[in-house]
Amino acid sequence: MSIKRLSPEEALALNKFAVDEGKPHIIVDKAICAKCTDRACLVVCPARLYRLKDGQMSFEYAGCLECGTCRVMCSEGGVTSWNYPRASFGVSYRTS
Amino acid sequence: MAEDKFDAIVVGAGPAGCSCAYVLAKGGKNVLLVERGDSPGGKNVSGGRLYTYALELIEPGMYQRAPLQRKIVREQVMLLDKQTATTIDYFDPRFSENVPQSYSVVRAKLDEWFASEAEAKGATLASGVLVDGVIEENGKIVGIRAGEEEMRSDVVVAADGINSLLGRKAGLFPDLQGHAVGVGVKETIELPDSVISARFAVKDDEGVARVAIGCTDGISGGGFLYTNKGSISLGIVFNPVQAAKQGRSIQEILQDYKTHPAILALIEGGTTIEYGAHLVPEAGYRGIPERLHREGIVVIGDAARFGINTGLIIRGMDLAMVSGLAAARAILQAANTEEVGPLYIDKLDELMLLAEERAFENFHGIFEIPRVFREVPKLANEAMQFLFTVDGKVPTPMVQGLTDVVRRNMSLGQILADGWKVYRSL
Repeated sequence: MSIKRLSPEEALALNKFAVDEGKPHIIVDKAICAKCTDRACLVVCPARLYRLKDGQMSFEYAGCLECGTCRVMCSEGGVTSWNYPRASFGVSYRTS
Repeated sequence: MAEDKFDAIVVGAGPAGCSCAYVLAKGGKNVLLVERGDSPGGKNVSGGRLYTYALELIEPGMYQRAPLQRKIVREQVMLLDKQTATTIDYFDPRFSENVPQSYSVVRAKLDEWFASEAEAKGATLASGVLVDGVIEENGKIVGIRAGEEEMRSDVVVAADGINSLLGRKAGLFPDLQGHAVGVGVKETIELPDSVISARFAVKDDEGVARVAIGCTDGISGGGFLYTNKGSISLGIVFNPVQAAKQGRSIQEILQDYKTHPAILALIEGGTTIEYGAHLVPEAGYRGIPERLHREGIVVIGDAARFGINTGLIIRGMDLAMVSGLAAARAILQAANTEEVGPLYIDKLDELMLLAEERAFENFHGIFEIPRVFREVPKLANEAMQFLFTVDGKVPTPMVQGLTDVVRRNMSLGQILADGWKVYRSL
């Protein structure tokens, strides 16, 4: 392989994750997001886990890099709960 | 474990927590070091360069045991335009003599080693434990909660990183604000050691630290590149508030930087093996919370938002270690829990951490000048292009040519205003 542009999905696929199935560590209230005009999360989440689908906010917690940017940048409170994944879940960095 | 009471519980086995736990354990204290990752470093991302004076302060010669990557002997500053790049390269072989100044590091290795050093001194390491909150009794913090378990101690040391849940739960400070942080994203790119040494013109144990401006779509921030053993750390740190307004994804801007022709030439043939992201404290002295302690808890490292970024020098891990040392010295000296907090601030002063932060107090002003991140690097490259182009035509007189380059990018008013702001910030 050589150097090429990576999509967010390709970049995340390189990492080691243990997904806590059915137990999201970040809770997003889509009703609040529907009223938000800033939607900084769409741009600033390094994993691009916030997307608009048919005009509705969608958030996928698997692939979260646990940086906290979405919580810090959320202006309307749509990120209603932000925690780290439970012990032994989430990302495990090996070379960073 | 709920039965035990520790002298200190340190939450977070990063540079701050390990430094604190190491010094406390060495001083005879019964210390529990709690880490949410399966192993220390597993949740951490840094640029990564460590200024090793901090390890020297903890224990002379300690850096020689640390799993460091390459000694930085080349400091480089890169100004980027779309296709072009102007690079300043400062080579100083003395950086690798006597007390080495800085090394590139990989956190999964560094943190794991540092935690094991604390263990060897007698600290108890509990990895894979997520701390949910603090236990408060009679107005004092007396321990931590992790799931069903409660663990008690005279002092809790919050070394739980930039998002510090403990500092917030203990009511010491509010959450971070967007303007006071940088978002960092980074790819680790695997390349053979010999290729790295040849491309960067360094010996096998020596390396390069590079900062770049002009690669952030005009957003306040910059790129970095560090050479490690067998890999290169390549990334960008920038202001998320401006990024949100500008509208392009952070991850995409990193791809632009990575595939800039001048960067691509350095990493060509390599393979990206990991993608990480992390927040960094960016507001310097002014970003440090007013309250870093109350009875039963002190806050150190990124959690205390210690950071210095001059654009050329980016420091966090060394300050984290120094603050961990300060907290440990305070705990060792204090006659009771009430004394620990004020003593911690005294020790931060003694170790000159706060004075260092204050020395750069106004520096952030430079990063608020929008033209620094687009027009200035563009101008530099256009000036170089003018100076180095030979096309067989009668050349424009030098002064006129350079004046034209400047005028194309900035007005006289902007130059004066920006120059004044830079002067005021230094």
